[in-house]
Amino acid sequence: MALHKEPPLQNTPLEAKSPFDLRVNLGKNVPESDVRSALASGDMGFLHSFTTGSAVDGPGIRVVGWTTGCMFRCLYCHNPDTWTMSNGIPVTVARATEELRKYRFGLKVMSGGFTLSGGEPLMQHRFAVKLFRAAQEMGIHTALDTNGYFGHRLTDEELETIDLVLLDIKSWDPERHQRLTGNDNGPILDYARRLALRKRPVWLRFVLVPGLTDDLEDIARIARFTAGLGNVERVDVLPFHQMGTYKWKELGMTYELADFKPPSAELVESACAQFRAVGLKTY
Amino acid sequence: MRFLRTPEYDELFAGDPTWVTESIGGLGDDGRSLVTKTSFRMLQTLYNLGPAPEPNLTIWYSPRLPEGFRRFASKVAIDTSALQFESDEIMRRTWGDDGAIACCVSPMLVGKQMQFFGARSNLAKCLLYAINGGKDELSGAQIATGFKAVEGDVLDFNDVIDKFGRMMDWLARVYVNAMNVIHYMHDKYAYERIEMALHDYAPLRTMAFGIAGLSVVADSLSAIRYAKVRPIRDENGLITDYQTEGDFPKFGNNDNRVDELATWVVRTFMSKLRKYPTYRNAIHTQSVLTITSNVVYGKGTGNTPDGRRHGEPFAPGANPMHGRDTHGIHASAASVAKIPYRDAADGISLTTSIVPMGLGRVAEDRVTNLTGILDAFFGSTGYHMNINVLNRDTLVDAMEHPEKYPSLTIRVSGYAVNFVRLTREQQMDVISRTFHGE
Repeated sequence: MALHKEPPLQNTPLEAKSPFDLRVNLGKNVPESDVRSALASGDMGFLHSFTTGSAVDGPGIRVVGWTTGCMFRCLYCHNPDTWTMSNGIPVTVARATEELRKYRFGLKVMSGGFTLSGGEPLMQHRFAVKLFRAAQEMGIHTALDTNGYFGHRLTDEELETIDLVLLDIKSWDPERHQRLTGNDNGPILDYARRLALRKRPVWLRFVLVPGLTDDLEDIARIARFTAGLGNVERVDVLPFHQMGTYKWKELGMTYELADFKPPSAELVESACAQFRAVGLKTY
Repeated sequence: MRFLRTPEYDELFAGDPTWVTESIGGLGDDGRSLVTKTSFRMLQTLYNLGPAPEPNLTIWYSPRLPEGFRRFASKVAIDTSALQFESDEIMRRTWGDDGAIACCVSPMLVGKQMQFFGARSNLAKCLLYAINGGKDELSGAQIATGFKAVEGDVLDFNDVIDKFGRMMDWLARVYVNAMNVIHYMHDKYAYERIEMALHDYAPLRTMAFGIAGLSVVADSLSAIRYAKVRPIRDENGLITDYQTEGDFPKFGNNDNRVDELATWVVRTFMSKLRKYPTYRNAIHTQSVLTITSNVVYGKGTGNTPDGRRHGEPFAPGANPMHGRDTHGIHASAASVAKIPYRDAADGISLTTSIVPMGLGRVAEDRVTNLTGILDAFFGSTGYHMNINVLNRDTLVDAMEHPEKYPSLTIRVSGYAVNFVRLTREQQMDVISRTFHGE
């Protein structure tokens, strides 16, 4: 019963634990210059956490990595600790690939794959692309969960490393979008059109917050735009929930939505109906 | 039917089980599927009659079973939480294709094999005995003699492993001899002549030993190896608590640094058991399975170096400790699938709890995804999986209002029980487990 004399070495710890844990300052000891060179080369990125066995981040059962860093400040964000890049753990592409490799057979059997979510993964687009390439080389399906704002950073060739884009459109009305996220939605719609032009598969995601994003006319405009693209395979209407409230509190940030309620089943249904009316598949 | 049993028995095996297990599915040695219309009918009874813990419905699962049956079994598991799944591949290769499940998860050839039941031993307590030189960590009584307690302010991994190995040897000897005495006397005064008359001449006998607290031991050894664990002694020099500095890898995250320790424990204890001859030369086997006994073992075991407090339940069967498998079901199941069946041939039980949303947003996705999980687990080296698809809130509500849930069935390690008939402690244990996808 030989036990290894020396514990096996692992260069970078990847104990990123549960996505539900609050994580702050894990990368704060990495010097600013290292952060910049890592971002430039994409050999290293910052991960908030990762999990396996996810059934809600793309098709099949998937491994999901959450990056840190986001340019949006969504009022309803449930992971505000992913806004700041230095809250994450520095991870090399090699280390992340090694971890992903453990799951490749299972991912194939479960018709799943690898999803990069965030934060906003395209804040670290070079890292994301390198990771997707490595995954594809192992025969793993890749998905990017993105707000699309930095979609222009990806070259046409790099778009091919992403088998499926989970694109979040938060509002059609630019003013409302600005209020919700702190940013304009123009670049997102441009990215959506570009993906359509290149016929890259997309699942659209829409977060339904009663009193904030439940304007049915606005939803109908998103639906018409989406249907016109021709490459959107499915629409997920995501009901707002309060599970991230504690993170806002613990971070000492003001959470404007503390009194907001999750949408009723009827409201979710009428939002879905807007998408169905234009021939989109939704659940 | 209800057996009259002592309270001690009920604590170990709650819910009045009659130990009737039904085997469904599987493949023949020639590769044909053994699924018939009756296989579907058996599962359909859970809808017609409502969920029930018994018979303990067991699917002999293989990714090679017909897709329609695999999907139906997944659907039934999602709707009722009353099914367990076992690897047809492993059981058929080891024992043959005319097998059935005896008791909980143990496969054997029908009419050609019998088992001397051996319950289980508490390896977490064994580790504490090793640290305390054979003294009980709660009473202070000297239980095993001729051992030395650890010295110094910090636990040394190699020293603890060495002492633990010796203590496992002591325990194995006591355990095998106790089983020999029990089964010799049982045969002498209560030989099961009717059951044995249904068997062929000279059946294959196994003696099924077992272990409890595997993940507690693995995490404790991991803490000692990768973090700094200081023993805390009481006024008599007895080590009753531990102070741990630093983080350490935990079983259930597909991390070889600690999964290797769990595997080592299983293999080592099995090799110790095999050293001692059994009554009627039965073949030694071992299970990593607890039914509901993980609660009572935890009650009787003091603080452990992994940070578990005195009285807290162990994880059931081969499960990772509650809440420590933080990387999802794929990682958690992969850790358990590393435990080699050849050193735990009586079964390795993994009990999973998943919230419905954790399997997908729509019913059809959930069936597809659970089928995928089962295909992946049993397509690799997974041996056994219980599937509970429940929300934690449902269980909390059932504790407060049992009258609303008369037939709420859940899977415990290797068996199914009626939730409202568990003790409050056992119910709390189920509720505090990891719910994947939550």
